[in-house]
Amino acid sequence: MELTERILKADRRALARAISLVENDGEQAQKLLQEVYPHAGQAHIIGITGPPGSGKSTLVSQIARQYRQQGRTVGIVAVDPSSPFTGGALLGDRVRMRDLAGDRGVFVRSMASRGSMGGLARATGDAVTLLDAAGFDLVLIETVGAGQVEVDIAREAHTTLVVEVPGLGDEVQAIKAGLMEIADVFVVNKADHAGVDQTVRALTIMLDMNSAACSWTPPVIKTIALHGEGVADLIEAVDDHWAYLVRENALQDQQRIHAQNRLTRVMRRRLFDELLAKIGPERFEETVMQVATHKIDPYSAAARLMNSKTQGS
Amino acid sequence: MSARKVRILIAKPGLDGHDRGAKVVARALRDAGYEVIYTGLRQTPEMIVEAALQEDVDAIGLSLLSGAHLTIFPRVAALMKEQGLDDVMLFGGGIIPEDDAPALKQAGVANVFGPGTSTQDIITFVEQEMARRK
Repeated sequence: MELTERILKADRRALARAISLVENDGEQAQKLLQEVYPHAGQAHIIGITGPPGSGKSTLVSQIARQYRQQGRTVGIVAVDPSSPFTGGALLGDRVRMRDLAGDRGVFVRSMASRGSMGGLARATGDAVTLLDAAGFDLVLIETVGAGQVEVDIAREAHTTLVVEVPGLGDEVQAIKAGLMEIADVFVVNKADHAGVDQTVRALTIMLDMNSAACSWTPPVIKTIALHGEGVADLIEAVDDHWAYLVRENALQDQQRIHAQNRLTRVMRRRLFDELLAKIGPERFEETVMQVATHKIDPYSAAARLMNSKTQGS
Repeated sequence: MSARKVRILIAKPGLDGHDRGAKVVARALRDAGYEVIYTGLRQTPEMIVEAALQEDVDAIGLSLLSGAHLTIFPRVAALMKEQGLDDVMLFGGGIIPEDDAPALKQAGVANVFGPGTSTQDIITFVEQEMARRK
């Protein structure tokens, strides 16, 4: 495929087109990924997640700038939510990445979540594969503003940064399951705001409770992303984590888990699509209505649909 | 589910102090089901065209209040051509006298929306153009 050749040469137009292809799915996208995938697997993939307004985009911009100063190239995928009502989206992460404009060593792509609920879009992983294959040294993934359960990022990134800001919650919030568990590095951004010490303390106490089973303890880094303060420390922590993954041979384990997740997701989606095609959309809709009106429960309905695989049987 | 989504870049070139209008248009297009990439204030034509390229958009909407549209809009159009973005639709709006519209259209701007335009007019235009260009 000509497109593949151009992507491997980091042709920006080809890369942009290719990301649209994988977003929109279809046969062409599959063929493309088939050709590109063997060339990926080189980049350090870094996930940045945290609540809306915590400063993720500004941090991403600052992290990218720091790495650029070291001469390393950076691809960025920034995800924002799609409307559950209209399917439209307002992708505003570029607003905070203004400083990266004009730098050929940076490629920024905004992506709408398109109905995915885990904080990423279905095609985020594929877009990362494309950037990786195009030769970017680092790929940063910014998730949608995350609450407590949007943890998909940990299945795509080698290093996950969870961004907190002062004043969001107490120690009980810090020991809840979900988002707080996936951090490889904690960032307490807006560290010039009141309550920063409490936030750092809550995180530190939580980390002290962790079992000794894991040999990596997530550091807690204070930043003021707007002014770039603390970003050098943050980069150091990110690099330390990468060095740890390599040193402990944890990278292979992580990559196996990521691959398993990705394969499972593709198979699950395929199975559902194939099953739905066999059942037929009309019959599926009918059954949805029966469940909606409580004429049948969802479990029996699923069993009935899945046992009778041909339309109208 | 795999339907192709139309992506639109809304950009503010020049030195305007506020972006109220651009945000209203961006929001209206979002509500009309488009994926809108918003760039924020003080973008150069080069930044806008590079963003459009990276984001693989179908259209670029420029908003300008300062009066520099006769310089900036044609510059964006020229850069788009230079980058091979010939299939991307360019439209604009802001404080733009009707008399300036022909010159802008001549330069490659598909349509110009002056003060008092309803967002529905813009959506209808974008819908028609996107259908025509399919």
